[in-house]
Amino acid sequence: MQIKENKKTDRIGVALKKEGPLLSIYFTAGYPHLEDTLPVLRELQKNGVDMIEIGLPFSDPLADGPTIQESSMAALKNGMTTHRLFDQLRDVRSEIHLPLILMGYFNPVLQFGVEAFCEKCREVGIDGLILPDLPLEIYQKQYRAIFEKYGLKMVFLITPQTSEARIRTIDRTSDAFIYMVSTASTTGAQQGFDPAAEDYFKRVSEMNLKNPQIVGFGISNAQTFGQATKHAKGAIIGSAFIKTLTAHGLSGISSFIKSVRP
Amino acid sequence: MENYHADSDGFYGEFGGAFIPEMLYPNVDELKSRYVEIMESPEFQKEFHQLLREYVGRPTPLYFARRLSEKYGARIYLKREDLCHTGAHKVNNTIGQILMARKLGKKRIIAETGAGQHGVATATVCALMGLPCIVYMGEVDIARQAPNVARMKLLGAEVRPARSGSRTLKDATNEAIRDWINNPEDTHYIIGSVVGPHPYPDMVARFQAVISEEIQKQLLEKEGRDAPDYVIACVGGGSNAAGAYYHYLDRPEVGIIAVEAAGKGISTGESAATSALGTVGIIHGSKTLLMQTTDGQITEPYSISAGLDYPGIGPMHAHLFTSGRGEFHSVTDQQAMEAGKELAALEGIIPAIETAHAFAVLKQRTFNPEDILVFNLSGRGDKDLQTYIEHFNL
Repeated sequence: MQIKENKKTDRIGVALKKEGPLLSIYFTAGYPHLEDTLPVLRELQKNGVDMIEIGLPFSDPLADGPTIQESSMAALKNGMTTHRLFDQLRDVRSEIHLPLILMGYFNPVLQFGVEAFCEKCREVGIDGLILPDLPLEIYQKQYRAIFEKYGLKMVFLITPQTSEARIRTIDRTSDAFIYMVSTASTTGAQQGFDPAAEDYFKRVSEMNLKNPQIVGFGISNAQTFGQATKHAKGAIIGSAFIKTLTAHGLSGISSFIKSVRP
Repeated sequence: MENYHADSDGFYGEFGGAFIPEMLYPNVDELKSRYVEIMESPEFQKEFHQLLREYVGRPTPLYFARRLSEKYGARIYLKREDLCHTGAHKVNNTIGQILMARKLGKKRIIAETGAGQHGVATATVCALMGLPCIVYMGEVDIARQAPNVARMKLLGAEVRPARSGSRTLKDATNEAIRDWINNPEDTHYIIGSVVGPHPYPDMVARFQAVISEEIQKQLLEKEGRDAPDYVIACVGGGSNAAGAYYHYLDRPEVGIIAVEAAGKGISTGESAATSALGTVGIIHGSKTLLMQTTDGQITEPYSISAGLDYPGIGPMHAHLFTSGRGEFHSVTDQQAMEAGKELAALEGIIPAIETAHAFAVLKQRTFNPEDILVFNLSGRGDKDLQTYIEHFNL
């Protein structure tokens, strides 16, 4: 039943078509406590976010800054594993209707087995994947057919240094959204955007890509959310949200979301 | 015939490639599209070899080890990389990469280091070229390798502690990669071994290939043939081994022997013998053999030798292992220390503890009396004096 419904519903597409700027939240599965994954998802849905990225923790997250490194280490210490996460998400679609994207590094997926991983994703109702260290070329050559067979949408990153030709290739290969990394940095490193960043958001928006753009890295509050979504469809908050969880636990979620998008 | 070199995408069989986030793509792609052309240009070759000759002190001797040969009943030669400036083969690569960085117009150099040998070799060439140098080193390693930290500082480098994860080489490498992500325009990352995303394993192997190139010439003079029966080296990431094997990879008559660090023993949980304990996965942008949990989390290796204390091996070596082209051994801390002591007593050469691992293979297998063996004596033991003192109560 569930699989069938999942195949029919393009949750990501529906969220992207909604009016107004899209707010997506990233958090590390199993953080602050192992069994917090589902309660965090519920809290985020209750507070009106549009999309959620669930972070699969990895021992060596080389694209992440200190905040996500630390939450990943803590989650692993709590006992989080890929198997455990799929267990936690087994019945997630009975209560969470937001688009869910798994974000993680490729090695844990490889160890789980790429096809087995995709099969599990479909089974629990995951809509898409972000695997930053699975590059476009290797995806196209070796894995695209598998991900597509299970109806998973693959999201690719672009940066201010990504050439126009490469952005167009990525746009052709994707059918969800383009993850626009705001500045050359690891996650969480920025304090507001300079005019060059806004120029880049504008430049990409004027390329008339088929995929909407969602800005990530460096968005932490209403101001940066506003800047990012002036030219892009939406924005993703990760490190700033994790900091809230660290400081206030799940009870801080509501006021954090309201502070970003009153 | 099987090919043991990297293909155009940096794959050695199933191993290698560039599993990197998009943030690294422009830098890695620039390097990938230009490194061969730059390296092969006459101008680059001239400058590279001039520096190797006049600054590093190459060619390093190929020395016939008479007493060691008598003891083990084979014709044993030592390739004296320990006589290179800074005390190890590492500088062959840093000389090459600093020239590469200059050709690419980079103004800032970053590197990772474990024991500090690659950090010192990088700081040295940065001083030589007047470029700012930042070396990432695990907080734990900084504490246990104080003399090399001081050397780097004296050479003008900034040593930045890696405080994430287990705070050793693996984490120092993560931090260097993060630095590169944050500085995409002006920075070149000098990786110290045949690891990391393509083109690094191939580029570093090509710079280190000066070792086997010299062995060919020197052996021809001494033995009337350019290839030994066996070439033997220790493998952590595997840069000295890659350099010693390079010109013999596609010559099946030459046996390739790799020696890894078993630490306290393969099955003790405190080991760095990746070929024995590793499985296929991705570490630092390369698909290779690495030590990890079934969940895909990378585990911490252990060896008495900080230079072999890495949870992966270069993709070239992973391919040599799985294809059967290379013969892999592992040697415990104790066996390596004994082998180092023996080399000192028989030949008057105190090897680095990394290098000492290679010599312990003489007790693990037999050779024919007419076999010609070349050991790559990759580094000298000055840096390890404290470990020798503690181990043997000297």
